[in-house]
Amino acid sequence: MKTVRVGAGLGFYGDSWKPVAASIARGGVQYIGSDHLAELTLAILQKDRMKDPAAGYTRDLLPMLTALWPLAQPRGVKFLLNAGGLNPEGARDALVAEFNKRGWKAKIATVTGDAVLDRIDVLRAAGEPLDHLDSGAAIDSVRERMLFANAYLGAQPLVRALEAGADIVLTGRVADAALFLAPLIHEFGWAADDWNRLAAGLTVGHLLECSGQGSGGNFNSYLENGWASVPDLGHIGYPIAEVSPDGTAIITKAPGTGGRVDFDTVRQQLLYEVHNPHAYYSPDVVLDMGTLKLDDLGGDRVRVSGATGRPRPDKLKIVAGYDDGWAGTATIGYCWPGAMKKARATEAIVRKQLAEAKLAYDEIHTEFLGYNSLLGDLADDSCIEALNEVYLKMSVRAKDRRLAEAFPRQFPWLALSGPPTASGFSGIEPARQLLGLWPTLVRRDLIEPEIKVSLQETAL
Amino acid sequence: MSKVRLVDIAHARSGDKGDRCDLGLFAPDAATYVVLKREVTLERIARHFAGMASGPVELYPLDNLLALKIVLNSALSGGAARSLRSDNLGKCAAAALLRMEIET
Repeated sequence: MKTVRVGAGLGFYGDSWKPVAASIARGGVQYIGSDHLAELTLAILQKDRMKDPAAGYTRDLLPMLTALWPLAQPRGVKFLLNAGGLNPEGARDALVAEFNKRGWKAKIATVTGDAVLDRIDVLRAAGEPLDHLDSGAAIDSVRERMLFANAYLGAQPLVRALEAGADIVLTGRVADAALFLAPLIHEFGWAADDWNRLAAGLTVGHLLECSGQGSGGNFNSYLENGWASVPDLGHIGYPIAEVSPDGTAIITKAPGTGGRVDFDTVRQQLLYEVHNPHAYYSPDVVLDMGTLKLDDLGGDRVRVSGATGRPRPDKLKIVAGYDDGWAGTATIGYCWPGAMKKARATEAIVRKQLAEAKLAYDEIHTEFLGYNSLLGDLADDSCIEALNEVYLKMSVRAKDRRLAEAFPRQFPWLALSGPPTASGFSGIEPARQLLGLWPTLVRRDLIEPEIKVSLQETAL
Repeated sequence: MSKVRLVDIAHARSGDKGDRCDLGLFAPDAATYVVLKREVTLERIARHFAGMASGPVELYPLDNLLALKIVLNSALSGGAARSLRSDNLGKCAAAALLRMEIET
């Protein structure tokens, strides 16, 4: 029986590709799907592109592929990457130039048509209000501040790229799981309305799209077989799926790698960033996770079967990002005795000074690092008196960048003239741009005609 | 009946989508799953996260995975990219859930 082996690439912009090398060299993978775009990554890329029109793709693309291609090429391993970001053609041009320079032969495809920022008015004129998906708010409130707007494309354009013979497929925004579903559709010839098989492929994609989180990374368990018992995270193997024509998959990893693939690590990833598990939406199919069956086969192998799917939605999701002001931050530490008391006194002084200076911020947020910066209201306050040290971290939100930048300047004098033992001040840091996200829906027929798949060969 | 903290009988992972924080809570066996379903109710979760989530809570039991899927709406200060919080992605909400004390 023919099986197809797909492996996880990166799980975000900045992730490590060393484990991908192990999957290629020892894991027998035929395809690598690599997810470089978190919800907010496009905002980073938009800033790059404003400085340089040739930029706008993730900068890890070239170092990653130049490191992996010599391993992948002799084994016929193909890549699907959304590293194109806001500029898949720019990514392609850079990659083609690099491959030509090295004399490496490859067919590189691009998928475009997801970027809709300059078509917002056209889409609205065609009858799509583009209201906020959750709040129902009208888009006019953020229209002028939008930095990017991209539709999540499905697997079909990527399938077309593979059918055209692509070795490397570069996309912008696509559903993360489409990077893995596409090679399965291509290899098995699954029909576009074979909902149960597409749902199975979507499940595989979802399990692989967060790299090491599908194989024992970030395994949030404190039971006997919990995170501390996961072997050798320093050499973690990213998950690999060995998929059968009916969509049944074995999740595993390359031999000799760290991490762990078992019932627990796989189901933690299965439900990760899922809303209603009985209606997990993608552009290609709607998955019901309630019928899935996970069998732990031992030896880092888990069989996933029983996915059921319903017809794909009539609308695609768009996520736009808009300028939502600036954040200014300062951090300053205090030690025992009375670390919290001193940190709280400093907070009160700073707040009073802001009011006296009439510095009006839209929000002032306080955390105490070492006490409640991660657990917030759910922190246990019984330890406060005994704390060896605590850092006061204050952040403000302002529409004006200079106002945000003024905030950390309120702190240095406290070193000599405030409560005792002030140490470890974070310095006058530049303000950080804040970004609001605007999820909305759009009819497929307004997006799909604009999708283009093109192919270019290197080292001709 | 005795009290136990979830961290000692279950495991959990959390993440974000926009302003929504979602958590998976997992039982190691069928008997513990029955206890989780009985004790970790919508009302109980809403009370536990009252200081974090201002929107409604959703709960989806998954018998096939011995798991509860929990969704906290309006829980991430408007979303990771505009939030001033250190845990802007809600990664630690699962740990916060594991602090819950229930009857077994």
